[in-house]
Amino acid sequence: MKQPCIHCGSDCGNNPVIWNDKPFCCHGCKAVYQILHEKDLQHYYQIQPMAGIRLENPPQLDKFAFLDNPEIAEKLLDFHDGEISRVTFFIPVIHCASCIWLLEHLHQLHPGITFSSVNFPRKEVHITFKHQQITLRQVAELLASLHYVPEITLDRLSKKSGSRTNRRLLVKIGIASFSFMNIMLFTFPDYVPGGEFIEKEFRNLFSILSFILILPVVFYSASDYYLSAWKGLKKRIISIDLPITLGILALFLQSSWEIFHGHGLGYMDSLAGLIFFLLIGKWYQGKTYESLSFERDYRSYFPVAVTRINSGGQEIIPISKLRPGDRILIRNQELIPADSLIESGTGSIDYSFVTGESIPVVKHPGDLVFAGGRQTGSSIVLKVEKEVEQSYLTQLWNQQEKYPEKQLLRSQINLVSQYFTVVVLLIAFTAFLYWAGRDFSRAIFVFSSVLIVACPCALALTIPFTFGSTLRVFGKRGFYLRTADVIETLHRTTDVVFDKTGTLTLSRQMAVNYTGQPLSAEELSLVRSVVQHSSHPLSVTLYDHLAPYPVLPVTTYSEVPGMGITAEVNGKRINLGSHYFVQGSHLEETASETRVYLSINRQLKGYFTVTNIYRPGLEAIVQNLKGRYRLHLITGDNEAEKSRLREIFGEDAMLLFHQTPTMKRDYIRKLRSEGRRVLMIGDGLNDAGALMESDTGIAIADDVYSFSPACDAILSASRFPLLHRFLKFTGSSFGVVRVSFALSFLYNLIGLSFAVTARLSPLVAAILMPISSVTVVALATFSITFLAWRKLGRM
Amino acid sequence: MSVIIILIIIGVVVAGGFLVAFIWAVRDGQFDDDYTPSVRMLFDRENSAESTTDEGSSENQTDKQ
Repeated sequence: MKQPCIHCGSDCGNNPVIWNDKPFCCHGCKAVYQILHEKDLQHYYQIQPMAGIRLENPPQLDKFAFLDNPEIAEKLLDFHDGEISRVTFFIPVIHCASCIWLLEHLHQLHPGITFSSVNFPRKEVHITFKHQQITLRQVAELLASLHYVPEITLDRLSKKSGSRTNRRLLVKIGIASFSFMNIMLFTFPDYVPGGEFIEKEFRNLFSILSFILILPVVFYSASDYYLSAWKGLKKRIISIDLPITLGILALFLQSSWEIFHGHGLGYMDSLAGLIFFLLIGKWYQGKTYESLSFERDYRSYFPVAVTRINSGGQEIIPISKLRPGDRILIRNQELIPADSLIESGTGSIDYSFVTGESIPVVKHPGDLVFAGGRQTGSSIVLKVEKEVEQSYLTQLWNQQEKYPEKQLLRSQINLVSQYFTVVVLLIAFTAFLYWAGRDFSRAIFVFSSVLIVACPCALALTIPFTFGSTLRVFGKRGFYLRTADVIETLHRTTDVVFDKTGTLTLSRQMAVNYTGQPLSAEELSLVRSVVQHSSHPLSVTLYDHLAPYPVLPVTTYSEVPGMGITAEVNGKRINLGSHYFVQGSHLEETASETRVYLSINRQLKGYFTVTNIYRPGLEAIVQNLKGRYRLHLITGDNEAEKSRLREIFGEDAMLLFHQTPTMKRDYIRKLRSEGRRVLMIGDGLNDAGALMESDTGIAIADDVYSFSPACDAILSASRFPLLHRFLKFTGSSFGVVRVSFALSFLYNLIGLSFAVTARLSPLVAAILMPISSVTVVALATFSITFLAWRKLGRM
Repeated sequence: MSVIIILIIIGVVVAGGFLVAFIWAVRDGQFDDDYTPSVRMLFDRENSAESTTDEGSSENQTDKQ
């Protein structure tokens, strides 16, 4: 019978923690429930039942002690004066309405907190508090006590969040739409029968008003297009923004000329509409996943402060002040910030963020430990060997210039727009020369008409709306792209490179096999009772594996880090761990597998083998990708799994073992220099160099909000089986782009036939331009949504 | 007919007022988060009022366990 925890909804198992007649899965969940109960905040559980968060590893008591350091606090606070302070915390676990409700009722938990508000898309909470009543550290600890542990990292200290560019775009759209609507009203009399009878004074007023209204649109709203066209020209590239700029200028000059010569309002309405539609396209394409971070480097992962041991005792210093030779204290669950030597204590270091391997590595005094590992177990003292920036892993990033403008320059779209611009200019000049012989002023009119009508509004809208829609349908299905440009690089991929540990294998689950004398149900139950008390990943795996067997009370228990567990249950002595720990002798172990030996009453029974499990759907994906891409696998692991992988990947794939992070990156670099377009799929910090070097880097993450290395896209691990469909779908997106291109060329042809014959009137422009824009937008959006529904399945 | 001129100017000014309001709202950050307010407005005011000021109506007492 499954009993869900009242707080978090996970299974309580056989021994639920009971409080107030309610079952809890662990003491942590019970504690949060108690706090909320005392403070009359049970409404939390009514908004969304079992909304709570389960913490696997409760934070250490002094985890937030560094917030007492004024220098760090100063950087973190958004604002403070004599009485109040305001701070913004990033809390990745915010996930539902209950979270919002609770975090906005913090004032009920502590009188020192005056106001708190949540920004759900960014997963942030803004808290205003009276710092005489509650310190910053206490605020953070209060949040942590509710299991909303704030994530405070180096890069959040250095850059304040801001969506300024987005705001500016919105203002630009607002101004453009305001002018567009008003100018349309003024122009309307010209388009209806009888409009020519309108009095001169009105005509003049309308003209002047239109001219005034268009100025901010042309000089402010559309300014980005001129800048980008100019930037392109400086680099000798004709981008799509160049014909747009030409069109805007032609429209503006021609219309101004007509207004000041009393010929009417010209094309002011078309001009305002054009810019308005273009900006809407830009806004649609610019959808970003604010709470996801694609540009993380080691700074978003490393702690803000570290405990330094000096002659006088301990002090907490910002990590930037850490120097080689310093002695630092690393407690359970803390990160090692720089390459160091262990001075005292036994390190049991979890490099899962680095390599994807979750079983901790044991290190003894005198051993070198690399930055990025997380200590599990008792505290250790380290002597820092290298500066944070000079450490082995952080160097990988520092060698790298930040995102060189990858491949964008020669993209297909720009190629199309280059030809397009050249052809349009040719037509314009030919028509100009043809008319110049007969009627010079008409020749100028034809010239600007061609530029006006050829202004690739529909063309320019195709990409934003097709790719913007693709970005959205991918996002709804758990595949988050950094920008819409990634769709193009995905489409042009020729080689797919996989990392193994954590990418192809599941990071949290492992398969367990037993070799040795058969164990009775009672003996298995003894084993499970013992491992229940250990948080070592192997113990957790064994505990889950032996789920059907009941847990018995353990009398004596002790755990030797990196060695094993010894305990007494039902009067029987159970030893679990390495061969040395259990039998007292070293055994020539095959490095390919992890074994946990078991002895009962000092008699060796056998051993459990724990192996990685490949992600479900892996074989199907590889089968699907095999034909279309060259496949590679690069891993830091040994060759134990080689035959199995060869079977999955086939004879043609490259399988490389024993690869260091630098070798991975260099391999990608080599592929790219051979002209291959590389898609790299990885998960850990050790892939970060390779991910950055590749054309497209996809980070795979069980929890997309938690740490993932810098990349172009984040794939939610549960959607891994859809990977090949996502890749294939980018082809469909390009199909839609081609159809839309064809459609907008058709419109351009119609428009040009009017223009070169000197018959382009404002009315024709006013009808043709919006119709072409709207049909292209509708085509792009609907067809992508429809195709996604058919090819990617429902969400 | 000159009344039309006045009407037009009033029209533009009113529309301009909304534009200014929009720009103010954007600058104020009201468009930064387009999700949370939609959830926030559904929260029961009463429940929080009850626990902070203890003036809760009797029907809310049944919620307590």
